[in-house]
Amino acid sequence: MSMLSTATREITYGEAIREALAEEMRHDPRVFILGEDVAEAGTPFKVLSGLVEEFGPERVMDTPISEAGITGISVGAAMTGMRPVVDIMFGDFITLAMDQMVNQAAKVHYMSGGKLRVPMVMRTTLGATRRSAAQHSQSLHALFSHIPGLKVAVPSTPYDAKGLLKTAIRDDNPVAFFEDKMMYKLKGPVPMEEYTIPFGVADLKRKGDDITIVATSSMVHVAMGAAKMLEEIGISAEVVDPRTTFPLDKQALIDSTKKTSRALVVDEGYERYGVTAEIAAVIADGAFYYLDAPVKRMGAMDVPIPFSPALEDLTVPTETSVFEMAKTLCGRA
Amino acid sequence: MSEPQESTEIQFKAASLDVEHYLHFYQQMAKIRHFEEKVNELYTGALMPGLAHLYIGQEAVAVGVCEALNSDDYITSTHRGHGHCLAKGASVDRMFAELLGKAPGYCRGKGGSMHIADQETGNLGANAIVGGSAGIATGAALSAKKMETGKVAICFFGEGALGQGIIYEVMNIAQLWKLPVIYVCENNLYNEYTHYRETTAGDLSARAKGFGIYSEVVDGQDVRKVYETALRLVKRARQGEGPGFLLCNTYRYRGHHVGDIDRSYYRSKEEELEWQTQRDPLKILAEWLLEKGLTEQAVLDQIDQEAQNEIESGADYATKAPYPEQSEVDLHVYA
Repeated sequence: MSMLSTATREITYGEAIREALAEEMRHDPRVFILGEDVAEAGTPFKVLSGLVEEFGPERVMDTPISEAGITGISVGAAMTGMRPVVDIMFGDFITLAMDQMVNQAAKVHYMSGGKLRVPMVMRTTLGATRRSAAQHSQSLHALFSHIPGLKVAVPSTPYDAKGLLKTAIRDDNPVAFFEDKMMYKLKGPVPMEEYTIPFGVADLKRKGDDITIVATSSMVHVAMGAAKMLEEIGISAEVVDPRTTFPLDKQALIDSTKKTSRALVVDEGYERYGVTAEIAAVIADGAFYYLDAPVKRMGAMDVPIPFSPALEDLTVPTETSVFEMAKTLCGRA
Repeated sequence: MSEPQESTEIQFKAASLDVEHYLHFYQQMAKIRHFEEKVNELYTGALMPGLAHLYIGQEAVAVGVCEALNSDDYITSTHRGHGHCLAKGASVDRMFAELLGKAPGYCRGKGGSMHIADQETGNLGANAIVGGSAGIATGAALSAKKMETGKVAICFFGEGALGQGIIYEVMNIAQLWKLPVIYVCENNLYNEYTHYRETTAGDLSARAKGFGIYSEVVDGQDVRKVYETALRLVKRARQGEGPGFLLCNTYRYRGHHVGDIDRSYYRSKEEELEWQTQRDPLKILAEWLLEKGLTEQAVLDQIDQEAQNEIESGADYATKAPYPEQSEVDLHVYA
């Protein structure tokens, strides 16, 4: 929607990430990557393939399997003039680095009275349905979204991924950047020219009149599919993607809901105390007098992600389940 | 990566064994001692909010190590960090202001006793998570190596931090990448209220040696020995020879924090008295200076008095200083 009017080409989400990193590393010698199997291996998802060839092992650094250590080292390097991008292979592993993100990175600027800064990015993944079971499938971006001092990006398209990652690298604060691992092969239009996307600006992924579906990351595509199904029964759904959970573009969510009078919030994190709860509260508060129905929310089922495909598929919102919920909200049986 | 040049300041220090140098050590240790006594007074007089973990007894470690550094070298500190901050060059008045939560404090009153940071003296911050700054110090050393600044980073931590996994993660990486960081372990014998032997298996410095890190053990009550050993480790690190581990055997005279009064259930009064009378860092240095005829008691007394005066005026400044404006509460959450 917010595409610039320049020449574009179709690249994958993974390629968009790689381009953002390469461009920023070319611009700024302070930017470097560290993580497990980021160099020759280019990560298990091959997102970083080719970077070590261009930038060398000094700037694309393979590390031991030490999430807390490499995150802590990133904090210290960021405080002293570098701009590290630390790769945490699976979002589930952020728990190993929690102290470094929550008690160190997030608080250094404030605790030092504004003197020290932590310009670092933690890139990691989210998303289930890859049959990876309970410790490789979670979407834990709500944990970081809870913490003052951190910013959190959850891009849903190659275009957003590239523009937001460039912004994240240039930001003077610690940013957690969550990539949906199911989306790495997804293609989309990306301008030939360089661009950035500011944080805290939601994107209207689809215009509609009857209901607002706020969706993040992987769930944007689910919401778009549901919107198509809704259209077939005469319900016009608007899909709004906040793109960053913090800063959160509250006004865009409220304005869209005021227009449609109904809101459904869909996010792949656990539903309990999740991103959906925060966004639903923002909408309920800001658009209360315009609502024709309670704000509903859908997240991952509150269970550890099961391995069996027959079970795993039940835990994540789908086009059909979102369609059904939206239909009900619109008063259609 | 070109080899960083040793600065002239360090060369001077290495060559210098003159009396002025040792008197400066004494002055720094006296300043810390009086600072902490004053903190105790302010705290027990209900003039200081929060928590106060006193460094009394361990002064030779902070001073010995920081005297081996350049002013722009990095340190990270701990919850028991006042000594490290002062030894690295923090000013007494702004330290006190921070401890009292006042606006002119080093962190505008937002950090307090356990979070004093001072960019200008290379102090990347005290840390209230045990072992929490090990990553930061190692990351600062990585920056120094990448940017070829020739700086080194010192990570101060207590023996209690040896229970934390991140210490081992970053020591492994520091050795792999030959980073200019020195892990200074102050063994004051107690993890809070528990003797370290109840919490720490095996040999303390063997941990670093396991990674192939160059390690030394030193009497942490003898500032001259700490200094000389630290200088060796700093020189190695600065020359690109990799990290070091310095185990300093020392003692915490007071409780874990100011309120830890009854310590009989974890250590004896006799033990405390023995360290205070037989192994006091100020006494050890003073006796050596007097024995060698390098100075007179009157000179030491004068240094002590000057340190005390500086502390009194610093505390007075902080007591009179204003609190931060309420509008500051949500300032500096983001840069």
